[in-house]
Amino acid sequence: MQFWQPTTTHQARIARAALLRTIREFFYTRNVLEVDTPLLSKGTVTDEHLEAFDTCFNYDQSGKPTKLYLQTSPEYAMKRLLCADSGSIYQICKAFRHESEGRWHNPEFTMLEWYRVGFDHVALMDEVDALLQETLGTEPSDKMSYQQAFQTYLNIDPLCANDEELLEAMEQQGIDIHEPETLSFDSKLQLLFSYIIEPQIGSNTPCFIYDFPATQAALARLNSDDPRVAERFEVYFKGAELANGFNELNAANEQRKRFENDNEKRRASGLSSKPIDENFLNALEAGLPLCSGVALGVDRLLMLKTEAKHISDVINFPVSRA
Amino acid sequence: MAYYSTNEFKGGLKIMLDGEPCNILENEYVKPGKGQAFNRVKIRKLISGKVLEKTFRSGESVEGADVMDTELAYLYTDGEFYHFMNNDTFEQIAADEKAVGENKKWLVENDVCTITLWNGSPITVTPPNFVELEITETDPGLKGDTAGTGGKPATLTTGAVVRVPLFVQTGEVIRVDTRSGEYVSRAQK
Repeated sequence: MQFWQPTTTHQARIARAALLRTIREFFYTRNVLEVDTPLLSKGTVTDEHLEAFDTCFNYDQSGKPTKLYLQTSPEYAMKRLLCADSGSIYQICKAFRHESEGRWHNPEFTMLEWYRVGFDHVALMDEVDALLQETLGTEPSDKMSYQQAFQTYLNIDPLCANDEELLEAMEQQGIDIHEPETLSFDSKLQLLFSYIIEPQIGSNTPCFIYDFPATQAALARLNSDDPRVAERFEVYFKGAELANGFNELNAANEQRKRFENDNEKRRASGLSSKPIDENFLNALEAGLPLCSGVALGVDRLLMLKTEAKHISDVINFPVSRA
Repeated sequence: MAYYSTNEFKGGLKIMLDGEPCNILENEYVKPGKGQAFNRVKIRKLISGKVLEKTFRSGESVEGADVMDTELAYLYTDGEFYHFMNNDTFEQIAADEKAVGENKKWLVENDVCTITLWNGSPITVTPPNFVELEITETDPGLKGDTAGTGGKPATLTTGAVVRVPLFVQTGEVIRVDTRSGEYVSRAQK
């Protein structure tokens, strides 16, 4: 094997260029502005299950070596632009996650992220659907709430169920894992979702799952009628988790609380806490307009477009050849 | 023995599970968008032969299994053990009935088999993909049958029974695919 060589075919590279052009035209005709934000940041994500790469900047104005993090998504920086009255914006950039490679994963990947001022998550789901129809030629998508999905495929109400019911369902479904009782409630839901529900949805046309449990809200606002769920959605198609969107939380104090809770969870699991992005929280203080945003994995979109089996078929030099 | 982190999982890696050496067949990295990462692994237990699916938390470590394949020529059986020899070093190893299992019916003297050793002891014996064996008993072919209606059973010197075409007779040597147990052809003289 020649490790200097790309893992892609030239056809795949042409397909990538064509896809990027289609995406840019899609937003151009909709009057959404392309922006550019830094990959390095002093603050980073606090999610328990998301690790950022970090590096040291030796020439900081403070005179001290400063830790900088590679972004896991351009979310905080783009929201700072929104708070500065940018209006609707999109970005195509690299994002980095310190985790294993896999069929659908490379630690460095291309992300499309966009924000629509004045949209709720329902309107944004329609726009994501339109983009998928435009890029992949798909039929209109299916939509199903997280609760409906669990009720349909597992006969469980994820909003009322307890740990025992989930453990029982895992056993019934033959999910064999060491000490399942030590998994968190949300991890159990996620395992059931990935193993049992995901293979049954989005096989012919993309499927949107919306109204995730509030415990998996991340940066989404809670539903004002039913605070058990967050106004967050994900899109699944042919085995890929393609996009994740929020009706964006704009309350700075609530956002700070979530970051601090995350850090507490990290410490409880023996992980180090992460520096909260104060520039982002200060921007929220100044005021984030009502908006919804979504992040979409471009490499995965390209995999679906070219019917690739592995992400290395669409990334020239995956991490093993970096 | 070494421990392997889930990052090192790949097809062919040998690990211990429930006290039994196992071979990893497939490894899939599963990472729900905002959730914990898992490795979903398809495993073959090397002694029982059972294939099962197991999920590990990413980052978990698992004990490796000291398992290796070696190519050895079959010599003979003493009724209890099956004796094999390394053709380069002349070192001999005996495998028990359990390790040989169903495959004993494909053991031909001097054929080189793959012996899987765990901590130095044979746990499985895999015969070559094709072996040549003599027919000890089969019905004489029926006249006029050329339609290939599925043939007839034939018993081989090792006791194996395979279906052969009607024109093949007792005393002939035939070539058999040991993976499917199917007749391939008459042996080349």
